Amino acid sequence: MANKNKRKWFVLFVVPLLFIFTTVVIIPFIIGIYYAFFEWDGIAANPMEFVGLDNFGKLFDDDQFLRSAWLTTLFTVLSVITINAVGLAFALLVTSKIRTANAARTLLFMPYLIGGLILGYIWQFVFLDVFEFLGELTGLTDVFFNWLIDPEFALYALVFVFTWQMAGYVMIVYIAGIQAIPNDVVEAAKIDGATPWQRFMRITLPLLMPALTISLFLTLSSAFKIYDVNLSLTGGGPANATELFAMNIYNEIFGSGNYGFGQAKAIIFFVIVAAITLTQVYLTKKREVEM
Amino acid sequence: MKQASGWVKSILLILLALFFLSPIYIIFVNSFKDRQELYENALSLPENFSFQYYIEAMEKMNFMSALLNSLYVTIVSVIFIVILSSMTAWMLVRTNNKLSTFIFMAFIATMLIPFQTLMMPLMQFISTITQDLNIPMYNTHEGLIYMNIGFHSALSVFLYHGFIKSIPITLEEAATIDGASKFGVFWRIIFPMLKPITATVMILNVISIWNDFLLPSLTLIDKDLRTIPLSTFYFFGEFTIQWNLAMAGLTLTIIPVIIFYALAQKHIIKGIGEGAVK
Repeated sequence: MANKNKRKWFVLFVVPLLFIFTTVVIIPFIIGIYYAFFEWDGIAANPMEFVGLDNFGKLFDDDQFLRSAWLTTLFTVLSVITINAVGLAFALLVTSKIRTANAARTLLFMPYLIGGLILGYIWQFVFLDVFEFLGELTGLTDVFFNWLIDPEFALYALVFVFTWQMAGYVMIVYIAGIQAIPNDVVEAAKIDGATPWQRFMRITLPLLMPALTISLFLTLSSAFKIYDVNLSLTGGGPANATELFAMNIYNEIFGSGNYGFGQAKAIIFFVIVAAITLTQVYLTKKREVEM
Repeated sequence: MKQASGWVKSILLILLALFFLSPIYIIFVNSFKDRQELYENALSLPENFSFQYYIEAMEKMNFMSALLNSLYVTIVSVIFIVILSSMTAWMLVRTNNKLSTFIFMAFIATMLIPFQTLMMPLMQFISTITQDLNIPMYNTHEGLIYMNIGFHSALSVFLYHGFIKSIPITLEEAATIDGASKFGVFWRIIFPMLKPITATVMILNVISIWNDFLLPSLTLIDKDLRTIPLSTFYFFGEFTIQWNLAMAGLTLTIIPVIIFYALAQKHIIKGIGEGAVK
């Protein structure tokens, strides 16, 4: 009797969400794997042709896909470095005993709240107009020009804007890490005559390793999955020079109408993202045990 | 002497922060300028404040409708996410068997799946349901809300699960002995204790649902259903860029975010920190 009652409550509490979750995430994931083995143009009236693993084999002949994979890797590496460097610098500044530190923190975090799509449009104008203006003003036209029309610089522009968006976010993670460092350790080093640089390299940075691991992987997976900023800032251009992974998948499926092939790309995309995330979880857990 | 250098540092830091936000300043000042003035100097303050472009942008973006749509979708989704995921997480924590562990693991495991892997099959599935079962999932706000709940439930259940584990069970047991139903125990005793984590869950979900572009762009077709990111996207697509108008439009889209930030700044920074670390 009591058991039956218990089961009734379990169903009442868990099943509604479980049902929604299953229909939105689990079922599409499974059908997605199924679709990846077919050739299909997405039109219901047209036949789906079973092609086995061909879609996965074809990936290696798809130049644009391989290019996207390389660009995404480059973009990810560059942005992980810049975001963490800028974010850590911000965190150190706003945790120092400067009167305006709190106000600065509030301001520096703000870009993160503005959606990626809108950020991209804002920066489109900055590159188009303000950079050109600064170029004329300073004569440094090699640095200040419209980055978005240059195939190489357009990717740097993406890194730049993504850093602008994410730096405040990882700053928050680093702040938590810095505040957890016991003050007496730092004070003791000061008394022993350690310079600020030595204190940073020998005390702050090693003690920040947990926070560093977390934000490295947070930025790694979000950089790898970037889409919104990519779409609004460069749209993949000029001449597909900035078409990153997520955009390549979208264009393959909904642009070219290669539903099966595009879905095979999406599955590979999942495998890579999952590998990155699982490595993160593994490393974080391992560290926790060691500490 | 020391105090003076403190002031200098304070001023430098705030200048750095303001410089960091200069793109927003640029958008703002240029939203008032006419074309001539804009091309002369994009950094200067406007000579006169004309709201002409705002009026035009509001009309062309259908801004008020987009704002209401965004508010409706975000608020309703977040309310459902909070209610359903807290209930689920509590039951999963308090039921000690293989099934509940399995369900929890299933939630966690799917956090690995990027949206791009699900979008096409999900759209196929949703349009099948809409056509065959006649349930209006496609091209409706309610359908979008339903999918938002599905996509955001994993992280929310995870956060609630971690928090509930730290609540001692004795309180609930006492209430159960008093004859309260599970439902009563949860809503009267447990849910109020979840306040701190509920704030975090709400903030993380509000930010991500408010700014979401890809999912709504796939599910919402009708013009008058568009949320703010969607109407911004089509606004930039339809009107080959007339920048002063675009600046006004972008400023409009940022205003709700600034209001939200001003109202809940402390909670937001705290919530983001907690969400990231877990």
